[in-house]
Amino acid sequence: MKVQSIEDLKKIKEESASSLKLREEGFQVSGEETCGLEKGTEHIQVLTCGGTGCKASESAAIAGNMIACLKEFGVVDKVDVITTGCFGFCEKGPIVKILPDNTFYTKVKPEDAAEIIKEHVIGGRRVERLLYVDPETNASVSDSKHMNFYRKQVRIALRNCGLIDPENIREYIARDGYSALADCLLGKTPAEVIDIVKRSGLRGRGGAGFPTGNKWEFASKSVSDIKYVVCNADEGDPGAFMDRSIMEGDPNSILEAMAICGYAIGAKYGLIYVRAEYPLAIHRLQTALTQARELGLLGDNILGTGFSFDITIRYGAGAFVCGEETALIHSMEGKRGEPTLKPPFPAVEGYRKYPTNVNNVETWANIPVIFQKGPEWFASIGTEKSKGTKVFALAGKINNVGLIEVPMGTTLREVIYEIGGGIKDGKQFKAVQTGGPSGGCLTEKHLDIPIDYESLTAAGSMMGSGGMIVMDEDNCMVQVARFYLGFIVEESCGKCSPCRIGNKRMLEILDRIVAGKGTVEDLDTLENLAKVIKDTALCGLGQTSPNPVLSTLANFRDEYMEHVVEKKCRAKQCTSMLDYVIDPDKCIGCHLCAKNCPVGAITGELKGKHVIDPAKCIKCGTCMGNCRLKAITLK
Amino acid sequence: MEQNKINLTIDNIPVSVEKGTTILDAAKACGIEIPTLCHLNLKGTCVNNRPASCRMCVVEVAGRRNLAPACATTVMEGMEVRTSSMRVINARKTILELILSNHPHDCLTCGKSGNCELQDLARKLNVKEVPYDGGEVSCYAVDKTVSIVRDMNKCILCRRCETMCNEYQSVGAIGSMNRGFDTTVAPAFGKNLADTDCTYCGQCVAVCPVGALTEVDNTSRLLKDLADPEKIVVVQTAPAVRAALGEEFGYPAGTSVTGKMVAALRQLGFKYVFDTDFAADLTIMEEGSELLGRLGAYLEGDKSVKLPILTSCCPAWVNFFEHQFPDMLNYPSTARSPQQMFGSIAKTYWAEKIGAPREKIVVVSIMPCLAKKFECERDEFKTNGNPDVDYSLSTRELASLIKEANIDFKALQDADFDAPLGESTGAAVIFGATGGVMEAALRTAYELYTGKTLAKVDFTAVRGFEGVREASVNLNGTTVKVAVAYGLANARRLMEDIKAGRSEYHAIEVMACPGGCIGGGGQPLHHGDFDIVKARSKALYGEDAAKPVRKSHENPYIQKLYEEYLGKPLSEKAHALLHTHYFAK
Repeated sequence: MKVQSIEDLKKIKEESASSLKLREEGFQVSGEETCGLEKGTEHIQVLTCGGTGCKASESAAIAGNMIACLKEFGVVDKVDVITTGCFGFCEKGPIVKILPDNTFYTKVKPEDAAEIIKEHVIGGRRVERLLYVDPETNASVSDSKHMNFYRKQVRIALRNCGLIDPENIREYIARDGYSALADCLLGKTPAEVIDIVKRSGLRGRGGAGFPTGNKWEFASKSVSDIKYVVCNADEGDPGAFMDRSIMEGDPNSILEAMAICGYAIGAKYGLIYVRAEYPLAIHRLQTALTQARELGLLGDNILGTGFSFDITIRYGAGAFVCGEETALIHSMEGKRGEPTLKPPFPAVEGYRKYPTNVNNVETWANIPVIFQKGPEWFASIGTEKSKGTKVFALAGKINNVGLIEVPMGTTLREVIYEIGGGIKDGKQFKAVQTGGPSGGCLTEKHLDIPIDYESLTAAGSMMGSGGMIVMDEDNCMVQVARFYLGFIVEESCGKCSPCRIGNKRMLEILDRIVAGKGTVEDLDTLENLAKVIKDTALCGLGQTSPNPVLSTLANFRDEYMEHVVEKKCRAKQCTSMLDYVIDPDKCIGCHLCAKNCPVGAITGELKGKHVIDPAKCIKCGTCMGNCRLKAITLK
Repeated sequence: MEQNKINLTIDNIPVSVEKGTTILDAAKACGIEIPTLCHLNLKGTCVNNRPASCRMCVVEVAGRRNLAPACATTVMEGMEVRTSSMRVINARKTILELILSNHPHDCLTCGKSGNCELQDLARKLNVKEVPYDGGEVSCYAVDKTVSIVRDMNKCILCRRCETMCNEYQSVGAIGSMNRGFDTTVAPAFGKNLADTDCTYCGQCVAVCPVGALTEVDNTSRLLKDLADPEKIVVVQTAPAVRAALGEEFGYPAGTSVTGKMVAALRQLGFKYVFDTDFAADLTIMEEGSELLGRLGAYLEGDKSVKLPILTSCCPAWVNFFEHQFPDMLNYPSTARSPQQMFGSIAKTYWAEKIGAPREKIVVVSIMPCLAKKFECERDEFKTNGNPDVDYSLSTRELASLIKEANIDFKALQDADFDAPLGESTGAAVIFGATGGVMEAALRTAYELYTGKTLAKVDFTAVRGFEGVREASVNLNGTTVKVAVAYGLANARRLMEDIKAGRSEYHAIEVMACPGGCIGGGGQPLHHGDFDIVKARSKALYGEDAAKPVRKSHENPYIQKLYEEYLGKPLSEKAHALLHTHYFAK
């Protein structure tokens, strides 16, 4: 069928409402009472995470095994097994949720599936061993509402992730999906649509934080018969998967938002530039596109309004710089993916020289809900200049690795210690890196700053697209800077000289420092290069590329000094400055180290004490890996 | 206050410039030269390379977070620009040091030494040492063709060559490859240039600021031949050479140095100094007759003849249509280029006259062009393996040779070309400027077709520097429409029109280089100043105006050549010696 009116849309919503209601209401339950078919529960839903991470941990097999088990017991019609997008708590994945009692199972394996069905779904008894254990209280927590990981989160962009079946557009519609589009097309002028986006205060979630409404207005004012709406899904920060999760968990929200923008700026064509390394996201987007076209929510004459809009997917080859909008546009044009100077801005001269509006996935995901709940509601969340929420991919030396969404203004401390559950293995927090390779490393003293565009920039980092990597005392900050710079050197397009040669030279200096050959002058050279690159590089990637070096130099200068003056690495990461030493008290003379040493640096009789000759040792670490008694240490 | 004027200050100097002006040009207007490297704007042509990638031209703009590239930032009302603050000076020097850190330090033996924009900058910015010692340097194999040498170790990635090849010429033989530090400009898939559609126009060489792109040097080969007593070494000089050679010896652009050039060549040891202009007149006889023949047949209703006829003097253009339009090879004139007509006549008619076998004669050409080196090598221009033109030197190579031979060019007394192959008309000398071949052809075609004498020999409509120009000529009531284009991208558009049946022209002149041969790939470097090329054009038209004979068919030596040897234009002998055929490539 084709949706031809708002009534048609409502009809679909109602048809799917009951299935969604169980989940929407169930999510609010703090599950003391367990449901179960034997206890008389009429209908049960089992949600399994179908995000890339959990799929890699065989979540598809979990769902398959569950269905097989349900068949075996003849209760298939009473239980829905639904594959959703990411729940966010990736540390504990694969995750399985049971509704209506809202039980949250963690680290589920395919072989656990039958037990969950038999014990819980049928028998009404929780599988205690699969419940989340609060590390502080050591008590089992059965629902996500009572987990610190979720407590402070506000899910707006991720509102449907882990809730709906992303491959079923009707579930999206049941969550008021496409109502914003209908509302805009039937009841608002393009100028009113832009005004709402402006009033919401939404800013670009790709990193730079440009006000989205202004961007739309800019494109709407360009006069052209042909315009384009582009979704930037070229997520490339190391460790970041915010956009991927949204595409996998709620693809229709992107399509709807792009259509709204098309209406607002006068564009008929949409393009999604997504990296080809995201096969699942692409599959879900394609499915959503097909279903939206089938329902007439994309294509010609949408809802009988005369407005036509359709979207095609373009695949990126995975160049980081193609996330920069001019480079992205050139890549889509079949040209070399490298940035060009702005102006001309894409809003004036973009894809194939036509006015083009480019927004990032997360920005798009915020759009429909702004129309559903009103710009004032959205603007009430967050800080004065940064409205709404921000999704972060929390990673590194932190207990709760995963995807989180918090209101702007939340502090780094709240994110790291409350949501993130603190530092792994009780180690000491050292730094948190935000903003990906273009961001910076912030320290203990920055932990109480609120997360918003301005504060992070003022602190020497940036919001970026949402990567957040936590480091502990075992991280050498010179190595951290070197890692990010290495990434930049790899990903620089090579167009402008400061980025192309400057970053390479900086990396060579850092290589020298970690090799124990650095000098104090090297630090001055680094600082000058970093400043010049920041001041002169052509695009955003180049201009921000020295940030990891600048911020570590500013915040961890003493560590740099130790490296160049004392030739010491306190984190014991720079092996060039350390010696492998065998503790004579622990060595039992098994000879395994000596046998495996590739350069014959270890001497010692069988059953006698062994010694490493530092002059011969190449610091490969093979001995350490082979010693079963942990007698070899770095000193 | 004038409308459309923008007021700003540059280094505290108030400036008022047109809206849309770049900071670079605005600074120039008040006498401030901001250093550039990648920037190339041939004003008056379509060439504007402004990738804003070298970042040498950065300036400080009040209120702006980072430095702005002056070459690509347009002025704004009230802007305060500082072009030499400490911040700017440090940034500029640091960037230059970075570029130098990945550039060979072999200036002493580099072909571009003394004429290198990077070297000039290093001196200007007071770079005395290059930090970042021990850093990685790019390493590429040198790629040599018969015309062009690519040494990408010296490339600084200004991308000017890419703009010339891809946008100006629409050839696309080279482009950027790889990324980051490994970025290089190269033919696709790392092929050698010889295996691409390269036309050897040499415009990449003409704009390369450093020694990454140079011509194949034939000076040593020439010196060896000149020293060989067994050989009769003769030289022909293309029209455009005389208008540019002087620049290499301190003359202002646009100084015609024909007489000194002849004297210098004679002093170098050439036994005979001839002129390609003679062959240009011959070309008009053949090509003009071919045009009239085709036009006549067409007007009589013969639909098999192909119009418009396309000129075939420019070897890069010939290479271009062979590669790009292999199904349209019956449109161009079959007339050989003047260089090849000269070689052919020299090694037959003239060789017989002096009673020497062709093997003893070495024909050398001095050309403003690098594609001519390739043209010499074409098999169809050889007899039993002996080429009609043995090899070609560029204007730049001739200048180097004159300097090497310690000839005081400025002190030379003017000398005249040798007869008979040194005599030419005004129509021939303008071959060197865009529109010149068409004008020369019209002068002759008009008189031959109508039997009337032209009241005014100047066809100014075909002169100028518009990329494509057109004119109509009334030949006894028949309106003949002609077009003139330079730049192969312009030519491509005209070819597409012909292909699609949209073309109304009867004849089209195409030259590959900006402004015609005067802007050729073998000319002294203009370093982005197109006024230099324009001045050369003036010099050629000046020579034309001063010539007693200004129509090719009135050249007495050409008339004699037909009488004594060829019979008449398009005769069987003329066909064998002066015409060619094309190959689908």
